[in-house]
Amino acid sequence: MATQQTIAEGAAPRVPLLYDPRVRGIAYQVLVFVGLFAFVYWIIGNTAANLQRANIASGFGFLQGRAGFDIGDSLIQYSSDSTYGRALVVGFLNTLRVAIFGIITATIVGFLVGIGRLSKNWLINRICLVYVEVFRNIPPLLVIFFWYFGVLSVLPLPRDSIALPFGSYLNSRGFYLPKFLWGEGAGLIALAFVLALVFAWFVRRWAYKRQMATGERFPVLWTSVGLIVGLPLLAFIVTGFPLSFEFPALSTFNLRGGVQIRPEFLSLYLALSFYTAAFIAEIVRAGVLGVNRGQTEASHALGLRSGPTLRLVVIPQALRIIIPPLTSQYLNLTKNSSLAVAIGYPDLVATGGTTLNQTGQAIEIVAIWLIVYLGLSLATAGFMNWYNARMALVER
Amino acid sequence: MKTILKALLGSAVVALLAAPASAATLDDVKAKGHIQCGVSTGLAGFSAPDNAGNWTGLDVDFCRAVAAAVFDDPNAVQFTPLSAKERFTALQSGEVDLLSRNTTWTISRDTALGLNFAGVTYYDGQGFMINAKKLQGINSALQLSGAAVCVQAGTTTELNLADYFKANNMEYNPVVFEKLEEVNTAYDSGRCDVYTTDQSGLYAIRLTLSSPDDHIVLPEIISKEPLGPVVRHGDDQWFDIVKWVYYALLNAEELGVSQANIEESMNSDKPDVRRLLGTEDGTKLGSDLGLTNDWAARVIKHVGNYGEMFERNVGADSPLKISRGVNALWTKGGLQYGMPIR
Repeated sequence: MATQQTIAEGAAPRVPLLYDPRVRGIAYQVLVFVGLFAFVYWIIGNTAANLQRANIASGFGFLQGRAGFDIGDSLIQYSSDSTYGRALVVGFLNTLRVAIFGIITATIVGFLVGIGRLSKNWLINRICLVYVEVFRNIPPLLVIFFWYFGVLSVLPLPRDSIALPFGSYLNSRGFYLPKFLWGEGAGLIALAFVLALVFAWFVRRWAYKRQMATGERFPVLWTSVGLIVGLPLLAFIVTGFPLSFEFPALSTFNLRGGVQIRPEFLSLYLALSFYTAAFIAEIVRAGVLGVNRGQTEASHALGLRSGPTLRLVVIPQALRIIIPPLTSQYLNLTKNSSLAVAIGYPDLVATGGTTLNQTGQAIEIVAIWLIVYLGLSLATAGFMNWYNARMALVER
Repeated sequence: MKTILKALLGSAVVALLAAPASAATLDDVKAKGHIQCGVSTGLAGFSAPDNAGNWTGLDVDFCRAVAAAVFDDPNAVQFTPLSAKERFTALQSGEVDLLSRNTTWTISRDTALGLNFAGVTYYDGQGFMINAKKLQGINSALQLSGAAVCVQAGTTTELNLADYFKANNMEYNPVVFEKLEEVNTAYDSGRCDVYTTDQSGLYAIRLTLSSPDDHIVLPEIISKEPLGPVVRHGDDQWFDIVKWVYYALLNAEELGVSQANIEESMNSDKPDVRRLLGTEDGTKLGSDLGLTNDWAARVIKHVGNYGEMFERNVGADSPLKISRGVNALWTKGGLQYGMPIR
């Protein structure tokens, strides 16, 4: 009777504090937070105590120590006198290198195969199908082994190198290219190249504006190509051909001179590219098939030919479907590059592992690995999200 | 609500108070009923599985010796094959109780890595192997400038290699793999010109190559590689046990106690033999170690003395045919010296 009365009077119902949903909500959150904090605190304390008991040093001071080991493949100056920190940077750059080259190649091959799968030509269609099914169903490690042990290690020894055009050689130690030795005035050529790029960008902007205003079109592509090739070429002639080559030549053991692309890098790069390309091909196919046929028919009806239809109508819409899963493939490729350790390519995991072994700093090294791979993945994802947002349907 | 609250608070308190696990390896081992022993992934003569899948080798026999001392059963061991890179983490984290994996004793491993080396079961040195058929005219390591060198990651070998080439102003091209088998395959397929590791290892690996006779080991030895069993820092009792099993193996050889004559030796009246085998009246040598008094007798009965272990695995009775050299007893001009059991 009393309760009925209070409700009838319209005042807030008196609820015991324990049963107040708001109080409860806050209490739960505080509890979870305290529990989590206590757990993390315990983990850290326990680890520190155990490390101290086992007399294992900790902290990141070891990064300044002399590494003492050599790395075969390095993009920056590195010797056994360099620090552990630098060894890790070398590894990181190697990871980055294989990831970037792999992503570019995988995208190109993937798009070609994906379009090939849609071809009406029976042979092209079937070849692409076989490619996709083979590479998609083999673990990436086996693909790496296939390239390393199956293809590159059966090449002849340095003495019987296969000579290729332009003074390059192929043997079981890798792919040797002549080295470009730039002389005086090379800076001018680089400057001309940058200028050409900037200029091409302005031409493109001007042409777009003009087309919007007058409807007249301008051959932007050919102008840009002309600029980007022509200007540096002009600078090259003006400075008097400041370029010479260093050709690889046989010494006691190996080919010396020139640029060596080691088989470890080649096999990892090829394996990751071809493996990931199979997935990208399927994504591209799905993207193109995902665009309604009515769109093509409508654009044909408007008088656009097949080329512009594909370029202006189908692909922009297909890209919206393609980009999000493509991002995952890029992340996968980057992470799969850690399989390098199986064939001795000195990536971050390999150099980090050696550092770990020598210094015993397992927790620190693993933390560095985690942070670097997380950072790389977040950066890739961030870039692709930005690109996706640009490509997304803008409603007007 | 109250129960949830209590449970949560309780677990937090328990978590905060929980102390690190105790460090008595001997108790843990006895509770498990076996010793977890870290060995290599396959190095003939030291630790490799035979045709029947049983682990054999000098390092393996040392594990069996410790098992015999603790359990009177040389088979109370489980082996964990570890790569050079994995081995220390496995020992530090407690995954293995004993690491017997041709591991070089160095100061940084002894200190910063928190390990204890219990002795030197094999005195070794680093050498180079080349294919003499393909590289004719090379008979010294000083002619190796510009070569591609195969080496295993995370070893002292890798570091000595860098030091040696730097000291002699030579260049080289390191080809580094994590697993021994990968290095072997790469060398055999011609990916590199030179293979470098401990000399005993080179002899063992040469046997597994496709044409062993084509390969020669160059005369230079560029480093000291004392290889021995390793335990974790912080458990003195376990350290003592492993150390004294090693000394018992040496003392047994010195005193002429072998697997063949162990039964007669048990009745020997020589005082030092009686002390070693625990037949002395009222002896406490074994029980002070945390074992039974016949601990050394068990070791000899099951795996023999050091000399027998050596000859069986890497010496005259094995395909490796390595001579005792510096690994002979000190009484015979070598470096192996067992501390007195008294």
